[in-house]
Amino acid sequence: MNSVIKSVAYTLTHAPDLVIHAGTTQTTERIVNPESEYLVALPKALRKYEDAVNYPPNQTYIGGMTPADLEKISMPWYENGTKSDRFGKFGEITPQEELYLVMQICDCFDLVMLEASFAAGAAKQIESHPLFTDEIKARIKPGTEIAVIENEVKENGAEGLYHDNKLVGCVKKAHSIDENLSAHVILENLVSKSTSVISMMNLVKNSGINIASVDCVIDCSEEAVGDMNQRGGGNLAKASAEIVGFTGATGFDVRGFCAAPVHAIITAASLVKSGTYKNVIVTAGGSTAKLGMNGKDHVKKGLPVLEDVLGGFAVLISENDGINPEILSEYVGRHVVGSGSSPQAVITALVTNPLDAMGIKITDVDKFSPEMHNPDVTKPAGAGDVPESNYKMIGALAVKRGELDRTELPNFVTKHGMVGFAPTQGHIPSGIPYLGFGREDILEGKITRTMIVGKGSLFLGRMTNLFDGASFVVEKNSGTTDTGSISEEQVRSLIAESLRDFAKSLGGE
Amino acid sequence: MDLENQKRVKELSETHGAENVVVILGAAEGEASGIAAETVTAGDPTFAGPLTGVSLGLKVYHICEEEIKAEVDAGVYDEQVGMMEMVLNLDEIAAEMQSIRSQYTKF
Repeated sequence: MNSVIKSVAYTLTHAPDLVIHAGTTQTTERIVNPESEYLVALPKALRKYEDAVNYPPNQTYIGGMTPADLEKISMPWYENGTKSDRFGKFGEITPQEELYLVMQICDCFDLVMLEASFAAGAAKQIESHPLFTDEIKARIKPGTEIAVIENEVKENGAEGLYHDNKLVGCVKKAHSIDENLSAHVILENLVSKSTSVISMMNLVKNSGINIASVDCVIDCSEEAVGDMNQRGGGNLAKASAEIVGFTGATGFDVRGFCAAPVHAIITAASLVKSGTYKNVIVTAGGSTAKLGMNGKDHVKKGLPVLEDVLGGFAVLISENDGINPEILSEYVGRHVVGSGSSPQAVITALVTNPLDAMGIKITDVDKFSPEMHNPDVTKPAGAGDVPESNYKMIGALAVKRGELDRTELPNFVTKHGMVGFAPTQGHIPSGIPYLGFGREDILEGKITRTMIVGKGSLFLGRMTNLFDGASFVVEKNSGTTDTGSISEEQVRSLIAESLRDFAKSLGGE
Repeated sequence: MDLENQKRVKELSETHGAENVVVILGAAEGEASGIAAETVTAGDPTFAGPLTGVSLGLKVYHICEEEIKAEVDAGVYDEQVGMMEMVLNLDEIAAEMQSIRSQYTKF
């Protein structure tokens, strides 16, 4: 039996000071061009937390509004936000103060120091938060004097943690010479871990799952956790699972640039379908490196820096319950070594090959979810409307295959696509953002089938020039369950029972 | 343009001579094509990479421009680029590329 998408959570974390201090566009600029106008103008272009909460694409990501609602709002969306709530039906938008506290909670090696009054303020903030359990809160450590933190940053190579441009804490290096345990890397890894933890806390609430019944966690974020003897040694998954309290779970990491989440979900779906595990969570935290990635273009064009949030998600994949949408494990799309890297070859490998195997047409998929980048972010940076381009490509292939009339191409984009709403956090936009809405749309009978497509640029790691990608189809549940079918043993027992009854009736009892 | 790609373009020009190098782009938009074309002709307009202040003046085309299409086997072109031809704004890209070439290409 196919496994099902049982529940989904999406979270964002507003991190304006990390844009300045940890985003690679900014850290590169400080090295290459330290006196640049951009670095001077940047702090004033950063948004306040409320603006990030009210921003329509962010609200869509956490389920505060649907992609269809977002489409009705005129662009640029950053000018048309309305007062919104921190919590949406899929998750929440966490403020930076709480992120720093969660980083301290997630730190198992006394590497995070927070100034005492800042730490106390953040701890007070999360007191009223519904998802922080007593066990998680018990991990909060007391704050430190600011002079100690200043000294760590100045003398010992610690990375400063800033809030409102003021030093409020630091992340210390975890080794004296190992670059993989430098303060910078530890900061990146702890942010990824923390935002994954926040996403999984929201997933626990959304799914109502008993935390003891989670068997396995797969992390598919972008960071390499390890030391100089094993740079990408990993298991951020298990490290995060520990904090949330999944005491019965094992875990491992899946990497593959932006395609990692789709590879991870295919893996999870197969692990559940095979019966190895019953409940697997696929999770990803956010990437500090990508904060403000297109900041230069945004500032130059007078926009706020829109890439000021870290993305996160968590998906619960469970055995078939006869209700939730199924992942069709037998028909995954794969960009293989021999596929080729032209857009046409990529779309053929990811979209039409699996559909051909299923014996259906492109137009039989109600909604496609390729890279769901927010066009408010990408268009001013000269990268165009990424989801729209993907829909046009899929539609154009349908035209080439004779499945769609060329005049229908614009309609195809509207009918089978949606507007992009995901933060440009690499792995985050890659197909997964629609999984929550897609699950609901299928459950409500609005659609019967969606295809999730992830793509990855492997050349960035300089090991191959190959492209990568994977896809899977999610479909309305066929209605039969794992427990609904009858095993051979059950059949034997039923026959035995009726024979006994028959014998009894012969005996006149 | 990616800093590493700038470095590779610069090195290839130095190795083979700028007059012998043709850069073929595959960007999805006029603006992005223009920025990449400007980078390999006038120099990096973002002042970030190895081509900052380096005017290579290379010949640069987009894969969807007629000049390049005429050089490629029609069957291969249709298989590799046919779908994208339907998707891209070819006139906008060609106009942007011609504008950059007329201003900055030296060969």
